[in-house]
Amino acid sequence: MNTTTKSSMIKPKHQRLVLIVLALVALIGAGMLAAFALSKQAAYFYLPSELAAKPPEAGRAVRLGGMVEKGSIKTQADGVTINFIVRDDKARVPVRFSGITPDLFVEGSGVVAEGRMEGTTFVADNLLAKHDEKYVPREMKNMSTAEAKAVIAETK
Amino acid sequence: MHGFANPARFLRMARWLMPLMLVPGLILAFGALAWGLFMVPPDRLMGQTVRILFIHVPSAWLGMAGWSTIAIASLVELVWRHPLAGIAARAAAVPGAAFTAICLATGSIWARPTWGTWWVWDGRLTSFLILLFLYFGYIALAGAAQRDAAAGEGASRVTAIFGLVGAVNIPIINRSVVWWNSLHQPPSITAGKSSIDAAFLYPLLFAAVGFTLIFGGLVLARMRMLLADIQTEARLRRKAMA
Repeated sequence: MNTTTKSSMIKPKHQRLVLIVLALVALIGAGMLAAFALSKQAAYFYLPSELAAKPPEAGRAVRLGGMVEKGSIKTQADGVTINFIVRDDKARVPVRFSGITPDLFVEGSGVVAEGRMEGTTFVADNLLAKHDEKYVPREMKNMSTAEAKAVIAETK
Repeated sequence: MHGFANPARFLRMARWLMPLMLVPGLILAFGALAWGLFMVPPDRLMGQTVRILFIHVPSAWLGMAGWSTIAIASLVELVWRHPLAGIAARAAAVPGAAFTAICLATGSIWARPTWGTWWVWDGRLTSFLILLFLYFGYIALAGAAQRDAAAGEGASRVTAIFGLVGAVNIPIINRSVVWWNSLHQPPSITAGKSSIDAAFLYPLLFAAVGFTLIFGGLVLARMRMLLADIQTEARLRRKAMA
């Protein structure tokens, strides 16, 4: 290859680079769009406001995820059934559950309940605790009241 | 960059660079794990199980870094036809798969006491399991391509193309906890910000650096092994011809 053809033609390696980068951008773009479009279908659970806005048909198995409202956990007389309220910033859903709760199930923290709507109450077959992204030692001096409550709830 | 294209030159460098990465990596990683196991206070909610953090999170980062290495090396192989790039990509596959498997196993063990379940099919967990299957596919494909090449059918680009296409999963793993409601919590460490207390953050960073050095050392070791394989193969073929 002499110098004149070299300057007049695009080098094959540059051509390959442009083609592959274009293909990759298109591919990743398509993948991200597809994944993003799954948004609702790929969601692991409904938020209380979504459940309130579009209630699923009675008896269909769904998952409800949100915060356990502070002071809302009430243990029934039989000792294994609990009632509590799951909420987000827009809606509140009363939940009933019979069984053993996970360690991280405390008031003011996240929960995912598997079950179905019965009237206005969500009857849960299973509870999963949802951890937040914060990692804080127990002995933190500057604990907020919510965190202090959580510590008390756990060490009780 | 083409200075390292000469395998003899690369091998000379890799010979001292490999222990230089493995030894400090092992010291740092095991030091950080001991720090995390014995000296870190329990978490306010998770208690003692927080100690899994120091192996789970670096493994997750390296599982994803492993595929990023494969993708970048595959790009270099396809565009510049760099002779060592394909070997680097193949060398990263097994350590990457190992860290991905460690991440999934420790995550599952951690999920049982904290969430109340071993496994759920949420966005983050599912996309990470897909990453492990992509690694298995890549390792099988690279092995088949190598056998074809050894049989004299010429080098195939299909392994590199698979490495690039599989990279689609990496941003999906990263965004999975942001796009979809998932049981896995959103990221704790985002550009310059961390919601992990310093007591946990420092051993975590030490563990991450240590495991990354181990990963680098393992990739170099596997590259040396793959190059030695190719040399032996070529020598045997010459002997057979003679």
